[in-house]
Amino acid sequence: MPHSTVTDPVAPSSPTEEDSVLPDAPPHAVDEVKEEREEADENEQEDGDTIREAPKADVKLEDIFNDDDEDDDEFSSSGAATAKVESSPPAAPLQLAPAAKYTDPEVMLAFYQRLFPFRYLFQWLNHSMKPSNDFGHREFAFTLQNDAYLRYQSFPTGDLLRKDILRLNPSRFEIGPVYTANPRDRKTLRKSTAFRPIAKELVFDIDLTDYDEIRTCCDKANICHKCWSFVTMAIKVVDAALREDFGFEHIMWVYSGRRGAHAWISDKRARNMDDQKRKALAGYLELIKGGAQSGKRVNVKRPLHPHLARSLDILKDHFQRDILEDQDPWAEPQKAERLLQLLPDKALNDALRKKWDTAPGRSSTSKWADIDALAKSGASKTLDGKALLDAKQDIVLEYTYPRLDVEVSKKQIHLLKSPFVIHPKTGRVCVPIDTRRLAKFDPLGVPTVTELLGEIDEYDGRDLREEGEGKKAQDYEKTSLKPYVDYFRSYVAGLLKDEKGVKREREDDDAMEF
Amino acid sequence: MIRQDYNRIDPKRRSTLDHKKKQFATPTYKQQEYPHRLNLYEIPPTAEITLEQFEQWAIDRLRILAELEACSFRNKTLTETAAYITPLLQKWLPLHSNSSSSAGAQDENLKLERQKDHYSHFILRLAFSSTEDLRRRFARIECSLFKLRFQNDDARERQAFVESLQLDWEVVSEEEKRTLATDLQNATPGLRKQEVEEGGWFKVDFETVPELVESRRVFLKRGKAYVPVREQMSMVLAGFNERVDKGLELAARALPRLDEDDRLTPILNHLSRNFATPDSTLSDSDSALPGAPINAASIDHLSQHFPLCMRNLYMTLRKNSHLKHFGRLQYTLFLKGIGLTLEDCLIFWRQAFKLITDDTFNKEYRYNVRHAYGEVGGDATRRGRGYSPFSCQKILTEHPPGSGESHGCPYRHFSADNLTTLLQTTGVNDRDVLRGVKEDVEKKRYHIACNRVFDWYVHF
Repeated sequence: MPHSTVTDPVAPSSPTEEDSVLPDAPPHAVDEVKEEREEADENEQEDGDTIREAPKADVKLEDIFNDDDEDDDEFSSSGAATAKVESSPPAAPLQLAPAAKYTDPEVMLAFYQRLFPFRYLFQWLNHSMKPSNDFGHREFAFTLQNDAYLRYQSFPTGDLLRKDILRLNPSRFEIGPVYTANPRDRKTLRKSTAFRPIAKELVFDIDLTDYDEIRTCCDKANICHKCWSFVTMAIKVVDAALREDFGFEHIMWVYSGRRGAHAWISDKRARNMDDQKRKALAGYLELIKGGAQSGKRVNVKRPLHPHLARSLDILKDHFQRDILEDQDPWAEPQKAERLLQLLPDKALNDALRKKWDTAPGRSSTSKWADIDALAKSGASKTLDGKALLDAKQDIVLEYTYPRLDVEVSKKQIHLLKSPFVIHPKTGRVCVPIDTRRLAKFDPLGVPTVTELLGEIDEYDGRDLREEGEGKKAQDYEKTSLKPYVDYFRSYVAGLLKDEKGVKREREDDDAMEF
Repeated sequence: MIRQDYNRIDPKRRSTLDHKKKQFATPTYKQQEYPHRLNLYEIPPTAEITLEQFEQWAIDRLRILAELEACSFRNKTLTETAAYITPLLQKWLPLHSNSSSSAGAQDENLKLERQKDHYSHFILRLAFSSTEDLRRRFARIECSLFKLRFQNDDARERQAFVESLQLDWEVVSEEEKRTLATDLQNATPGLRKQEVEEGGWFKVDFETVPELVESRRVFLKRGKAYVPVREQMSMVLAGFNERVDKGLELAARALPRLDEDDRLTPILNHLSRNFATPDSTLSDSDSALPGAPINAASIDHLSQHFPLCMRNLYMTLRKNSHLKHFGRLQYTLFLKGIGLTLEDCLIFWRQAFKLITDDTFNKEYRYNVRHAYGEVGGDATRRGRGYSPFSCQKILTEHPPGSGESHGCPYRHFSADNLTTLLQTTGVNDRDVLRGVKEDVEKKRYHIACNRVFDWYVHF
């Protein structure tokens, strides 16, 4: 039933009801547009399977299914959008767009229907074009609008996943592992041991709340450009380690929609790792352990492990700019005391303390420089230059090294939010981050679902006036989501290409044995 | 013993066989030879032994395993364990190196020793394959036994053994070694420069050395780990571990074929039951334990006699009127273990969580308690009577408490000061005891610390 939401992607809801309108809620105000929508929703509730076959009478069937010339049938094309004009005032969506809220079920539905890249999601998880168990035995978990949580959903193909998502309209959904059997059949298996996870992408989770003790700009769920640089640093370090040390190639970073990022590693070798291996890998990358009370949190052995030496190299510049200048972590005296705790030499500390006490408001950059200056001037007789250098390196690592939520990475069965879903609190799309342009990624500039729907309407409005013929643009191409979907598509294409190679090699191997 | 088909015939080829003839052909087994002292137990034994030998050999090995497990429970270090176990091994399960005899591996006594080691391993493998829990324990202890023997082995023979394994190791070329010298040196702590240059290095998939990767003690490049010869033990161990796990899995599947057998099954059952002693298990009899009946109301009074971990949980529960998940589980199973019925246990928890409504309790907590008692959840035929109470081993090693959680073992998971305070609030004010506990804890002898406090209570 593309037309229902197409007619009116953003509900004409007043602020008072924006949260509460459920698809089958009784109408508050009966105006023409709304009535039509409700009716369509009832259709959907009653027979989800025949949705597509039940267009409204005043829309021509060909108009809805006129995307024959395109291979991407999951994106409803603008053909349907042109059909709508007869039934609704063209200006309405634009004028209502800013007021509508992203949690509105109607908005979610329109997003899934018109923008969500189901096809590429399917290929990404299936590792081939042809439906296989990699997708069919994969667990999905839906969080419905009423906060009910549905686990162990599975689908033979991406189209069926799409259909069910349109039916249930979940506020978000998560991706789990591939199991030995179809998750829906798990209770019918004779032996409970026959149902166990066998593969999942290796995942990492970075969350800015883990940086609360060292970030000064924001806290809790809030973020700004300054603290996003923590995530940037983390991505650089982890990405480098995964590629250079572990030899993984298919790594996709995804903005989590609010204050962090996820990594999905789809290399076959990574997918097949069991929990013990995942734990080892997480341990390799984990450096900062212990709580706020445990004193010095980084104590690494010397000489530095090549991974740490490389990380330090990456992080050094960030430390100057993003930590000392932007975060200014030791501006206040009691915070500077924390810095002194981390330094090894008592006499030097006393000299530093004295100097800083006489000059309140000295910036962190200056204080950091003071350490070396005073050390050189011979403020301490007992000073061990090597120990000081090591301590300084440890401090740089403590303030910049990635703080991963390692529990997420250790277990195959951990569910992680799918890319491209909407973060329920911010309305932002969980878009992939192109690591080649990592520094330019702006989490606050990531489009929200309402903006995107507005963009479609704007485009269609413009398109209509110009009456341009030619290939009809898919809905995502009309919006600022385009670069992200394009990136996802090319990433998935790369993965599929390699996967094909792997399969062929394997078949060849088999053939050689006889 | 059960014969396992490791090399199944390729289905395409099978059709060329004449089944009628093949089916009754006498199976020919490769006669086992034991050129090395150590054994990865890959090939099951095939020769005939008497029932007495079957039982006796298994019992002898079981003794060793039980002692080894006890050592790990008492947190003994590797050297302490070795010192303790070596004489026992001499007595029950001797295994000499080739160099100990003039005839080398051909010596009849050596053959016999190795045969016994081989057979007893497989007998116990069969006996301990029935449940997940037994399998895990068996694999863990067999690994520590193997490790012990591997370390004590004669260096030359060990090398010969490792080479005979044909593990998938690629030797790092001299040239590559030179280009990577600094990285190898930096990544591998405790290696002298000379050793880096002259010692042998292997390139293996990083998955084969998870321990080294996890503690960042190995150089990684493009998915390959560069391992010095010295670390080969962890790789051999990983290989051993993997084979035992796989073997146990296969044995578990083969076990039902023994169902009709009335000679071996009783012996195997008996063996696996004996092994279960160090772990607390719930007695199978439903009859109440001797003494006054325990109900929800008597917990308050009884709690003063609880071990410290449970006492701590009890006190936290009373203070916060709430416990987090693992705390509830640990405590529920303990209460179950001391004989509290499910009904009383539910009453106990309902009353203890006084800040929440009946509705919330029924929705969020009731199920877990019933699950712990084996009333609900999972497969009805398999869940039995729910979980056993946690053993000290489990409490000490699994799920260390995080923030806001109060399960675990106070002796292990509390800081020294907090532990002393806790002991004092529970009435332990004898200075000698407190000092003793502190020393025990420093040496990681948590059991002994706990026993010390218990002793003090008894004599108080």
